[in-house]
Amino acid sequence: MENIDINQAISLMAAEILAATPQVNDIVILGIPKRGVPLASRLAASLHAKAPGFNPGEAIGQLDITMYRDDLNRQPTRAVGKTETPKIDGKTVILVDDVLASGRTVRAALDALYDLGRPAVVRLAVLVDREVRELPIAADFVAIALPTPDNQRVSVRLVETDGSDDIIISPAAQATSG
Amino acid sequence: MQHLLSTAELSRADAIDILDTAAQMAATQEREIKKLPTLRGRTVVNLFFEDSTRTRISFETAAKRLSADVINFSAKGSSASKGESLKDTALTLNAMGADAVVVRSAASGAAHQLAHSGWLTGSSFYGSDHPGVAILNAGDGTHQHPTQALLDAYTMRRHLVGPDALGQGLDGLKVAIVGDVLHSRVARSNVWLLKTLGADVTLVAPPTLLPVGAETWPAKLSYDLDATLAAKPDAVMMLRVQRERMGGGSSAFLPSAQEYTRLYGLDRKRLEVLPKHGIVLHPGPMNRGLEISAEAADSPQSVIVEQVANGVAVRMAALYLLLAGKE
Repeated sequence: MENIDINQAISLMAAEILAATPQVNDIVILGIPKRGVPLASRLAASLHAKAPGFNPGEAIGQLDITMYRDDLNRQPTRAVGKTETPKIDGKTVILVDDVLASGRTVRAALDALYDLGRPAVVRLAVLVDREVRELPIAADFVAIALPTPDNQRVSVRLVETDGSDDIIISPAAQATSG
Repeated sequence: MQHLLSTAELSRADAIDILDTAAQMAATQEREIKKLPTLRGRTVVNLFFEDSTRTRISFETAAKRLSADVINFSAKGSSASKGESLKDTALTLNAMGADAVVVRSAASGAAHQLAHSGWLTGSSFYGSDHPGVAILNAGDGTHQHPTQALLDAYTMRRHLVGPDALGQGLDGLKVAIVGDVLHSRVARSNVWLLKTLGADVTLVAPPTLLPVGAETWPAKLSYDLDATLAAKPDAVMMLRVQRERMGGGSSAFLPSAQEYTRLYGLDRKRLEVLPKHGIVLHPGPMNRGLEISAEAADSPQSVIVEQVANGVAVRMAALYLLLAGKE
């Protein structure tokens, strides 16, 4: 996709998050691997730039959802990733992922999150919302709304994981499972 | 991987995959809520024809932490004590819908037999696309005990390579395995796994406790513990020596317990020869005062208690990798 500046989209999302969350000290940003993790760092950096009271060092983590997926026995065995979070009890946790499609990943993330503690509020921030719904799950903060039919695939590429920032829409062999 | 029967047939990539997965499993075991939903609806049968406390409890804990249902089947109090064959027991478990069978037997090859006999193809109630039952060898005779070797390797990697050593083997590390190698499936499993992971293994034992053919194994052989320790091994693994192997008579392998302790026991003086970073392992149960002194067993260099905790993480990893995905 041409003419999409991912960093600018993240910056706008950071402003929305700050407007909706008066207590910046309560914010914990958790990236969902793989690409949610670098997005979470960028979002945290952007929040810190706008609100210096927000300290990314103590408020960022990653939440691996592999062992909570609902499709484990339909796929070849997946590698289990790392989960590393600050204390989340009583916090405003913002889950960060690259693409929201069916909502199944977020369902798994909520289960994984509640095994770690009891946040006061959980919000969902995504770079791309495909606006496909299979579960009653919607994003609170969306950087790029990109309604796409089931027969297409949306992949996000990031400098940190893929060498460059890009969003690619292609015909899908099978639907994505974001 | 469909089964975990022997470390001799594990590739380096599979072995490292198990160790890396175990590291993530270990992290989940430090949480307040240790249970994960991953294997919900799966059934794991512990089929133990031979007494075992720690291995059975460790497998049971691992399966339960992953939310699998666990059925414990021990030879005492089962039809096996009435003479039921391995085959009929297997067919029964198959009909009950087991997804994995963890088997411990005094017969070398029991796990291999279960895996390759065609008795455990998965129950017909679950449809023809059932992937078959995964077999995990929890010790068969004097043959193999792969999860013990994997937990030993995991413990060594954590201490000697680094707590975050994902993707790495044990390349260049020197490991001494000391004691009754002849009767030890732990030693056999370790020799092949450590070789695969790149470590340099020396087996130390009196000549009577080294099996015929050990010279063909991928390990050095030594009759002299002090000479081996002088070469500064990074890890020393003490094997249990059974008292019934001692003393007089034609069935004895050793003249006396005292002589064994003097020549092959790990005491304070030998512990001091180890490098500072060196660690002491023992698969348990220990004979304190025989193969290992209390000072060595309780020293800061001893990782024997940690081995038990790591055993749960490694068995969770093995169950996850064998059961979670579609084969």
